Amino acid sequence: MSSSTSAAAAEFARRRQSPVQRLQGLLHSYPWLSPLILFAVTFAFFSILNPRFAEPGGISILIQQTAIVAALGIGQTLIILTAGIDLSVGAITILAMMIMATLASDGGMNGLLALLIGIAMAVAAGFLNGILVTRVNLPPFIVTLGTLSIFTAIALLYSGGSSIQQDRLPRLLNFLGEGFGPRGGLRLTWGVVLVVLLYAIVGFALSQTAWGQHVYAVGDDPESARLSGVASKRVLLSVYTVAGLIYGFAAWALIGRAGAATPNAITDANLASITAVVIGGTSLFGGRGRLIGTLLGALIVQSFSFGLSLAGVNQQWRLLATGVLVLVAVTVDQWIRKVKA
Amino acid sequence: MHIRHVSSSRTMRRALASAGIVGLALGAAACGSDDSGSGGSAGAKEKIGVSLITKDSSNPFFVAMQKGAKEDATKQNVALTVASGKQEGDDQGQITAIEDAIARGDKGILITPMSTGVNAAIKKARDAGLYVIALDTPPDPANTVDITFATNNREAGQLDGKWASSTLDGKAATIALLDLFNDKIVSVDYDRDQGFLEGMGIDVADPKKNGDEAKTGKYTGGKGGDYTIVCNEPSNGAEDGGRTAMENCLSKNPNINVVYTINEPAAVGANTALKAAGVSDAIVVSVDGGCAGVKSVKDGIIGATAQQYPLKMATMGMEAIAAIARGGAKPSTSEGLDFFNTGVALVTDKPAAGVDSITSDAASKICWG
Repeated sequence: MSSSTSAAAAEFARRRQSPVQRLQGLLHSYPWLSPLILFAVTFAFFSILNPRFAEPGGISILIQQTAIVAALGIGQTLIILTAGIDLSVGAITILAMMIMATLASDGGMNGLLALLIGIAMAVAAGFLNGILVTRVNLPPFIVTLGTLSIFTAIALLYSGGSSIQQDRLPRLLNFLGEGFGPRGGLRLTWGVVLVVLLYAIVGFALSQTAWGQHVYAVGDDPESARLSGVASKRVLLSVYTVAGLIYGFAAWALIGRAGAATPNAITDANLASITAVVIGGTSLFGGRGRLIGTLLGALIVQSFSFGLSLAGVNQQWRLLATGVLVLVAVTVDQWIRKVKA
Repeated sequence: MHIRHVSSSRTMRRALASAGIVGLALGAAACGSDDSGSGGSAGAKEKIGVSLITKDSSNPFFVAMQKGAKEDATKQNVALTVASGKQEGDDQGQITAIEDAIARGDKGILITPMSTGVNAAIKKARDAGLYVIALDTPPDPANTVDITFATNNREAGQLDGKWASSTLDGKAATIALLDLFNDKIVSVDYDRDQGFLEGMGIDVADPKKNGDEAKTGKYTGGKGGDYTIVCNEPSNGAEDGGRTAMENCLSKNPNINVVYTINEPAAVGANTALKAAGVSDAIVVSVDGGCAGVKSVKDGIIGATAQQYPLKMATMGMEAIAAIARGGAKPSTSEGLDFFNTGVALVTDKPAAGVDSITSDAASKICWG
């Protein structure tokens, strides 16, 4: 009897919902679902437009083109989850890249040591951002706006503004540009493997550990997080520092991809990483989002860029498409969240 | 040689000259007046204030300019102030630097103008009696400044195109064009791209517009042959952009055997993409002649590059201002051009019939950056 009552209740609950409402509820329960659907539609669309897009060669290129922004998106996601923003993503990456490359070329330093020092500098840069946010109590936007200029300037002063080409660097620094394959036409680089690993590790930490819970709690409401015993400031500091570490790895991957360490690379890193995060469904107000969404967001943006390029469409249209994507993604996201109300 | 339109470059490294060497000689002649001015008159004792305002301070091309000017300033008894925008597009940074120069009482300004946004400030400086020389990039309109010292980018592109067509030796050309942008129109971009196609002997339709030429047809350079243009992709003049652009082109057509690149960093990026795709026989041409680029020619990554001389632009410009301030004559434009041509030379270790060139060893002695 009680089972038939609950069955009736479930029946009632189901009947009340239109298909659209059910979809809304589903999308709300699984925040990664809407970027996944968007990616699937995008992928299908460009595959039909130009079959080369979906061939193994095309997919290899799409993945490699996405890797760097996707890596930077991990750090950006962590920071945005705490209701912050990082405008110094590109600057930290370039700084780390120029430090490791300059030490290893002009300094003739051992590749591993140069790499570790470069990554350590990225960690220190992230830590500095974190200190300014948590101890000096400046808003993240202001902090990273300032350090954007500072880190860029240091990178330029240190490197003298010139590129260091692959052949002047030890193999370790170029290693992430090397790959395996083609296996069935698919060719991937070690850089891509590294980025996938970073997603797995940080994704696990965010969803399965106390630290991850605290990151969401601090982003949702720092004050109540603090009152419920979360060391808000320490969590924030750790987030900026971990982001720095990830930018350090991205710097390594970027050398392999570009075939040189250059201060002129990834000029659009800040906006590209934020775009990936936003399209991936993470709220700029903090506390809500999934890391996997950022990966999908980065893939969606790059699919448009690559797909439209294959179709022979000019750059300004690719830019326009990205803009429309952002607005559509955020509008859909707002609509999904109304399910609460 | 064939000068069609004048032009310039931008935030990248650029340019050139076999005519370059000639250009330099002409330059020395044109600036001879400053020499006499500085040497002959008592005015030589007087320190002349000059401002050098570049687009940014990170591009090796501008870094080379600044370095060359600083070294020469002491010899010329010039008080040199170096300023720049923060990055490409920072008009306001240049305007502030121009206003500072006027306030400081400088006698002249050397500027790589960012855009028409700085024209009003340049006019203010000239009204205040400063002699203004544009370096590398002529302003629009060209008469905004007193004179421009620049590379002939169209000639640079033509040298690349002639060399490529001659090297093809009658084979069919499947061409990738890795431009600077394709959402903004800047003269360096169309001068080099269209110059390259002209050098190949391909009808470019509108010579100031990239991408409007027929996608297939016959080229007449060298022995002549069939051509297909696969793509015009933007590279942003950087390694990572060059790689992405080349990947996109190869995805459209894996048989590409001729690659034009806007500058050497883009060529380096293109080369990584070609290598990854297993393409080893493509002819890659570029423009700039920075030391790294010259080395790429020596290493066989770039087949030929047109070398330009930024350092000359800065030092000759500074010497001209010092000369005028000390009572000397003003420099005049190169014959047939509306700017003073600082020259361009094709650098290659595989000389082609009918195209003058210098070797990478020779070029490495006069490269910049």
